[in-house]
Amino acid sequence: MYKIMYREKLTTNIHLFKIEAPAVARKAQAGQFIVIMPDEKGERIPLTIADWDHVEGTITVVFMEVGKTTNKLAMLKAGDSIFALVGPLGLPTHIEKYGTVVCVAGGFAIATIVPIARAMRQAGNKVISIMGFRTKSLVFWEERLRSVSDDLIITTDDGTYGRKGLVTEPLKELLEKDKNIKRVIAIGPTPMMKFSSKTTEPFGVKTIVSLNPIMVDGTGMCGCCRVEVGGQTKFTCVDGPDFDAHQVDWDLLIARQKSYLGEEKESLELWRHECQAAGEKR
Amino acid sequence: MAEKLNLNRVSMPKQEPQVRAHNFNEVAQGYTAEMAKEEASRCIQCKKRNCVTGCPVDVDIPEFIMAIRDGNMAEAVTIMKDKNILPGICGRVCPQESQCEQTCTLAKKAAPIAIGRLERYVADWERLQPAAAKPKPVIPPSTGKKVAVVGSGPTGLTAAADLAKMGHQVTMFEALHVAGGVLMYGIPEFRLPKEIVQAEVEYVQSLGVDLRLNSVIGKIDTVDELLKGGYDAVFLGTGAGLPMFLNCPGENLNGIYSANEFLTRTNLMKAYLFPKYDTPIKKSRRVAVIGGGNVAMDSARCALRLGAKEVYIVYRRSEAELPARREEVENAMEEGIVFKFLTNPKRFLGDDKGWVTKMECNEMELGKPDESGRRRPIVKKGSEFMIDVDTVVVALGTSPNPLVPSTTEGLATTKKGTVVADEKTGKTVKDKVWAGGDVLTGAATVISAMGAGKRAAAAIDAYLRG
Repeated sequence: MYKIMYREKLTTNIHLFKIEAPAVARKAQAGQFIVIMPDEKGERIPLTIADWDHVEGTITVVFMEVGKTTNKLAMLKAGDSIFALVGPLGLPTHIEKYGTVVCVAGGFAIATIVPIARAMRQAGNKVISIMGFRTKSLVFWEERLRSVSDDLIITTDDGTYGRKGLVTEPLKELLEKDKNIKRVIAIGPTPMMKFSSKTTEPFGVKTIVSLNPIMVDGTGMCGCCRVEVGGQTKFTCVDGPDFDAHQVDWDLLIARQKSYLGEEKESLELWRHECQAAGEKR
Repeated sequence: MAEKLNLNRVSMPKQEPQVRAHNFNEVAQGYTAEMAKEEASRCIQCKKRNCVTGCPVDVDIPEFIMAIRDGNMAEAVTIMKDKNILPGICGRVCPQESQCEQTCTLAKKAAPIAIGRLERYVADWERLQPAAAKPKPVIPPSTGKKVAVVGSGPTGLTAAADLAKMGHQVTMFEALHVAGGVLMYGIPEFRLPKEIVQAEVEYVQSLGVDLRLNSVIGKIDTVDELLKGGYDAVFLGTGAGLPMFLNCPGENLNGIYSANEFLTRTNLMKAYLFPKYDTPIKKSRRVAVIGGGNVAMDSARCALRLGAKEVYIVYRRSEAELPARREEVENAMEEGIVFKFLTNPKRFLGDDKGWVTKMECNEMELGKPDESGRRRPIVKKGSEFMIDVDTVVVALGTSPNPLVPSTTEGLATTKKGTVVADEKTGKTVKDKVWAGGDVLTGAATVISAMGAGKRAAAAIDAYLRG
């Protein structure tokens, strides 16, 4: 079960897996995620479902190498199997015909925004997408996002590709000139979502973010992923992952995401050391 | 009958408190063959069989005890498993003192027979036998009927096993990556070794039950889709998995866990073996566990074993009202857990990085009994005081996970989120759907959930046979 049918290295540290998971593929919708556990001793981590094919019975996920779990995943090859995979979890993104929708994605969250942009467009919206990266070598899925958008703006922090700067700059300009923008979807690293939220707030345009706190079970059982939205405690895994950006307590989310920084570093270093030792033995 | 009544039960060896407080090995070590025979021979084999009336799953207790006494262990296993498919688990976690042992005839005179310890002995004996020597279950010819069991905790395992033994084709769906539910994620290794849970799950599979892990009903197929897709009946044993919080200021600070998260990280994900296992848990020094039930005791004892220097149980009532089993309270006290009774947290304070550092509490006093029959705790005015903590575990109970009820048309639920069903049969108001265990009652015991699974299986069988 959960065999990797296809894998691709999208950039130096971002990978795509197409995984056999027919039951998940049959029900997946834009905005939902899976919880994945690479092996028996592994950690359970959430990954957004970037695409699905219910005929083929596969789902596609895109992940970046960050800690031990994603590093472990990155070592798997096509044909290998994943120990555990559960989904589709969370509520799907609310899709409706609003008029004009701006989809903003930072880094590997491009993979999350593509199915949402596609669904928004299918619902009859004009979709303007903004994708931001640190530098040119990290850019991926440009054509995929373009194919589901009416307009696409690319930014890089260092100006090596597209426009130089952060995604918030074109976002602000769009809001200033286009009064038909009725909704913004912003997905990426937490600071990027926080600042996108700050950008849209003065314009009063409802902005949806997909939060990514630490999770364990992903089904509402543990409460590890709790966030505060509008002063209320919510469980991201069952009440989200999409929330109204202007209501999110960003500082709390950022603090909670750092809960295990020390342990994560320790775990990754030890694993790298073990891998190196194993490599030397061979 | 024995010539002379022996009033003293044979005690069971345990790890010493100062040793066991630092390891996750099982606390109670079980009877030896000699101890089991000696304890079994205390049973007077009375005609009244009072013990059986105290057992939620009607185990033929005098018979299995007689088999132990006579050295017929295979027979003891067969008698036991006829009614109870999870004896290794029940022998360890059932509250026998308020069930079979309470109603034991000897209890009127002196110590009742240690039925739980003997049950455990039978299960442990069987597990150590080579496969060929284990008594084989007899499976009747297939009825051709298909039943879906949702959840693989105590109630699901029992319902699935009984339905399989009745000849039905059973598929059991589990959301997590291992079967067992609360037996795996909740109850700690030192009270219930996970190897024992898995051995009993394998037994259920050996009856022909098809186990589907990583399958969240309501997210993949809904209950209605299961019924449309060819299942003749559905049993919901989804438990009470949703943690309750205090809803007081500061509760989302780092270092504040629900008991579910704290225990899941520790037990299911084996964080006590970090970094050999990948899931971390905070290394704590001063831990406060809020609550007085078995889950609170389990959390406190896990915290101690994870290396905490000081562990408090913070409970708003007094010692007499503690809902935990007496045995677990004593174990916790022996290990050095500090009990702060008549204490209730008011708010949590943190440092500039968002980590909890202090907990402000109120002293409480007990007033008149409330609807639960226990004296209601009342805040003493002006009694606020601080406790230094770096970790807090909130163990205030759980309510049913709404995932299945909210995606099933025509299923009635109460205000507390429990599913409405007939108490005796577990039949819900929805056609072809039964339920049992914590999803009906709210958080309760393993054995009461098993009893509910058994009754529902009988009702489903009667329905399927029309």
